[in-house]
Amino acid sequence: MTEPIRLTPPLEDRDLENLRIGDSILLSGVLYTARDAAHKRMIDLLDRGEGLPFDIRGQVIYYVGPSPARPGRVVGAAGPTTSYRMDDYSPRLMERGLKGMIGKGIRSKEVIEAMVRYHCVYMAAVGGAGALLSKCIKKAEVIAYEDLGPEAVRRLEVEDFPVILVNDIRGNDLYQEGMKRYER
Amino acid sequence: MREIDVGLVARSIRDLCIAANYELDRDVLDAFERALEQEESPVARDILNQLRENARIAKEEMIPICQDTGYAVVFVELGQEVRIVGGNLDEAVQKGVRDGYREGFLRKSICHPFTRANTGDNTPAVVHLELVPGDRMRLIVLPKGGGSENMSGAQMLTPAVGMEGVKDYVVERVRMAGPNPCPPTVVGVGIGGTFETAALMAKKALLRPIGSRNQDPELAAMEEELLQRINRLGIGPQGLGGRTTSLAVHINMMPCHIASLPVAVNIQCHAHRHKEETL
Repeated sequence: MTEPIRLTPPLEDRDLENLRIGDSILLSGVLYTARDAAHKRMIDLLDRGEGLPFDIRGQVIYYVGPSPARPGRVVGAAGPTTSYRMDDYSPRLMERGLKGMIGKGIRSKEVIEAMVRYHCVYMAAVGGAGALLSKCIKKAEVIAYEDLGPEAVRRLEVEDFPVILVNDIRGNDLYQEGMKRYER
Repeated sequence: MREIDVGLVARSIRDLCIAANYELDRDVLDAFERALEQEESPVARDILNQLRENARIAKEEMIPICQDTGYAVVFVELGQEVRIVGGNLDEAVQKGVRDGYREGFLRKSICHPFTRANTGDNTPAVVHLELVPGDRMRLIVLPKGGGSENMSGAQMLTPAVGMEGVKDYVVERVRMAGPNPCPPTVVGVGIGGTFETAALMAKKALLRPIGSRNQDPELAAMEEELLQRINRLGIGPQGLGGRTTSLAVHINMMPCHIASLPVAVNIQCHAHRHKEETL
C-alpha cells in the first residue's frame, strides 16, 4: 500500500489528472450527501431549468443515507450505498461541474464515459463500515429535502475520510482490474 | 397450554433489533480472521482489517455496524402448545420493530414502492410464522440490507440442467453481483419446493452459523465446491480483487414438482447480523 493522497474539495481538473485507480485517498473538508430520491429531485430541478440546492462545481457527492445520530453525536453510521442506482442521474450532474462521487459497486459504461468527458472520478469507501467511517465526520447538517429523512441532502465536514480510486478520468476501472488479477 | 403475553414478544423483538444492529456474532468475526489468514491481496487484507475494526467500534460505541440497518425480517417459531395472550402476535412484532428502530437510533429504510415515501418507523416487518412442536417460542430477527438483497435472484430452471446447472446458476449470480452486495458475502441457496419456498429456504439458510455444513453429505460437498468456485472468481472484499468473495455457502433443499427445478440465491453482506431469543 502506497502513501495516501490528500484531497480537499472543491476539486479542479489538475487535482484529478494524476490520480490512478487503486490510489488510496484521504478526503478532508466538505462532502455533500445524496442518494436515490435526492438525485431524482435534483434532476427534476435541472429538467425545469432551476438551480441545484448547492453549488455543485468542483464538489464531491457521497452516496449515503446515515442512520440517526444518537444525542450528543454528529451522525450515526454512515457507510456508502450501492452506486449503480445513481447511474441514470450522474452524467447530468457531471455536466454541471461535479468532480467526484463516493459510493460502492460498479458504474455503468455511460457513467464511466461521462467521467472521461467531464473529468470526474469515482471513489469507493468500504461498504458496511458505517461505524468506522462515521468517526471521520466532524459536522453534518441537512441543507435540502429534509422530508426525505435518511435520503436528505446533507453537508458533511470530514477529516481524513478514506476512499480508494475506482474510476479515473481515463476510463480505467479498478473493479475489473482487481478481479482479473485474482481470478483463477 | 403455556401462555405467552404479546408484551413480552414486543420487548424481545425490540431488543433483538437493537442487538443485531450493534453486534456481530462470533462466527462472523471468526470468519473475518480466517479470511485474513488466507487473503493474498494487500488491499483485501486492509479492508478485512477495517471490517474487524468497524465491528469493534460499533459494539463499543453503540453505532450501528452499517448505516443500512435493514428490513426487519422476523422468524417466529411458535410451539403448538403455546397460547398467545394479551393481544395480536403480528401487531406485537410490528410494535417491537417500531420501538427497536426508534430507541436504537436505527435507520428507517422502508418506503412505498412507487412514491418512495418512507413509512417512518421501519415497518412493516416481514414476519415468517412457523408452527413447531413444544411450548416455547423462538424469535429471530435478521435485519436485511438492501444492497445485498438487490443482488439476490431466483430462477425456475429446467429439471434437465440438474445439479451442475444449479451450481452454475449460483456461481453466475455471485459473479454478476460483483462488488455490489458488499463482499465478503454469505450466500444462502434454496433448491426445490416452489417459486416462493425456494426463496424462503435461501433466506433461512443465512441463519445457519458460518462454517457449519449441511447434514446431507451430498449438499455439504456442494456447499464446499460452490464456496471454492466463488472464491476463485477473484472479486474479493468490496470487489477490489482478492480471494475472499464469500465467507460461506449454505444450502437448503426440499422436493419439487416433476416439472420444476426452482433455485433461489439470497446474498447477505459481510455485516451478517441476526439475533435470536427463545421465550
